[in-house]
Amino acid sequence: MTTYLARRLLYSVFVLFGVSLLVFFLVRLAGDPTALMLPLDATQADEERIRRAYGFDRPVPIQYLDFLTGAVQGDLGTSIRHQQSALGMVLARFPATLQLLAASLGVALIVAIPLGILSALHPDSWIDRFGVTLALVGQAFPNFLLGLVLIMLFSVHLGWLPSSGRGSAAHLILPAVTLGTAAAAFLNRLLRSSLLEVLSSDYVRTAHAKGRSRTAAVFHHALRNAAIPVLTVLGLQILQLVGGAIVTETVFAYPGAGLLLVQSLGNLDFPIVQAFVLVVAVAVAFVNLVIDLLYGLIDPRIQFS
Amino acid sequence: MSVTAVAERRSIVRLLRGVRARPLSTVAFAFVLLVVAAAIFAPALAPHDPTDQSLRTRLLPPVPMAGSDPAHPWGTDPLGRDLYSRVLYGARISLVVGLGAVALQALLGVTIGLVAGFYRGWIDQLAMRIADVQQSVPFLVIVVAVAAVIGPSLRNIVLVLGITGWVTYGRVVRAQVLSLSGQEYVSAARALGVGDGRLMVRHLLPNLVAPITVIATLTVSAMILVEASLSFLGLGVPPPTPTWGGMVAGGRNYLADAPWVSLVPGFAIFSTVLAINLVGDALREALDPSLRG
Repeated sequence: MTTYLARRLLYSVFVLFGVSLLVFFLVRLAGDPTALMLPLDATQADEERIRRAYGFDRPVPIQYLDFLTGAVQGDLGTSIRHQQSALGMVLARFPATLQLLAASLGVALIVAIPLGILSALHPDSWIDRFGVTLALVGQAFPNFLLGLVLIMLFSVHLGWLPSSGRGSAAHLILPAVTLGTAAAAFLNRLLRSSLLEVLSSDYVRTAHAKGRSRTAAVFHHALRNAAIPVLTVLGLQILQLVGGAIVTETVFAYPGAGLLLVQSLGNLDFPIVQAFVLVVAVAVAFVNLVIDLLYGLIDPRIQFS
Repeated sequence: MSVTAVAERRSIVRLLRGVRARPLSTVAFAFVLLVVAAAIFAPALAPHDPTDQSLRTRLLPPVPMAGSDPAHPWGTDPLGRDLYSRVLYGARISLVVGLGAVALQALLGVTIGLVAGFYRGWIDQLAMRIADVQQSVPFLVIVVAVAAVIGPSLRNIVLVLGITGWVTYGRVVRAQVLSLSGQEYVSAARALGVGDGRLMVRHLLPNLVAPITVIATLTVSAMILVEASLSFLGLGVPPPTPTWGGMVAGGRNYLADAPWVSLVPGFAIFSTVLAINLVGDALREALDPSLRG
């Protein structure tokens, strides 16, 4: 277990190293990054000053080493627009984004788990067909459009929920539903097919033959086994949710890290973009590690080696 | 005709039969063809120039709503531009980005997957580790960041989506090649002196046509959604070129009084993506009957 954990951590460090390279070269894709950081009316002297201040006058490998050394020490540069620590700004907005992600995942699971179970217990019933329809519609409906439709219905016409900002639980409902719908649509189908497969296995049939109802078999035997593929996909879904959060936060003017990213892209404030990508990569690596360890909890037969 | 060409043709025929087997996917397929036709013939079909502004025709509702104008069947936007014409022209951007990005992704992913799976060793390790790194950051985050750095234009959007999206193809092709490499016909071809390149292209690739077709269909719709999101965020093809995502964003401030400005292009995105997904699902089922049910 300890060896596994050590190897797994080493792998995460490797991936983060790769992401740091990606982020470093990202800003240099368009050539000289100085041009991206200057206002339109900048003089030659301004250009020189920026180039020296950010070390762009030095050889690229040295620049990367500087960047990496800074990154390890938690220094990802200063926001060009706000003149504050880029990492500090992203981290300050991150709790809001995490709250939104947790709420969306909550929405997704609250819808997907009962719907997936009922669909598997009653294949081809109306609830199963509802699940299919939700899956098709949920995956084709762009989340920004869903957000706007929800604002139109619940904020503009009914006046029940706030259309933007953050503060109360009510502020979280519409963004969480917007972001969670596609995940709910996908997870409910996955849980259904995964459950159907487990339900046709020998031990469930035996439990059934011994007099257990199909529902009891689902809750006592099948659900735990069907959770494994769902858990695997959950890691990828969280990645998707983070991408979706950028759009959702923009639609609802929700002051999270995603909105900060979009504003920074508009201002070409690249230190913040770099900090955002690295923070997300660290968070994703952590979530994947937790998911890996959860496998063992759900299914003790899974050995970490 | 070579044996591989026959196999290739058979698998495509089987895929098309799969689409025809379900009435819903036939309708969806017809709808996709309609969207393609709309995009190709937009200049002939559009009653107005998509960028023509007129203050007199601002925010006209679509037919049959009260106050609508038959000259603008789907209504107009805050600048008085005809939504029907803009949706037709917007289809061009969506389809060019969707198809262009997918073609590039498939080309890159299939090449990398073939080479990685065939040669294994360090090439395989390198390719898969690059894939790991790419998949540790949300796709949309990479795409918006790169699009902002290199500047938004149609060519750049296709390039960004194409280059960053190869991973799914790469992984699937690699896994298939790994399993195919152990088969007898591959060893036989090798024993007969067939070179590496020919072995990959003439013997392995034809077996990959079906799975690649399915992934490609499903990723076209995903790319259309990503392009729409980029345009919605203002990072897509810049105005005045009409894009569906940009049109939805343009209606954001008029939701209370003129919701159609956002809903009309939004419905275009939704129905196109839904139709492509239905076709993709039918293709997938035709390919893998075990998925049925």
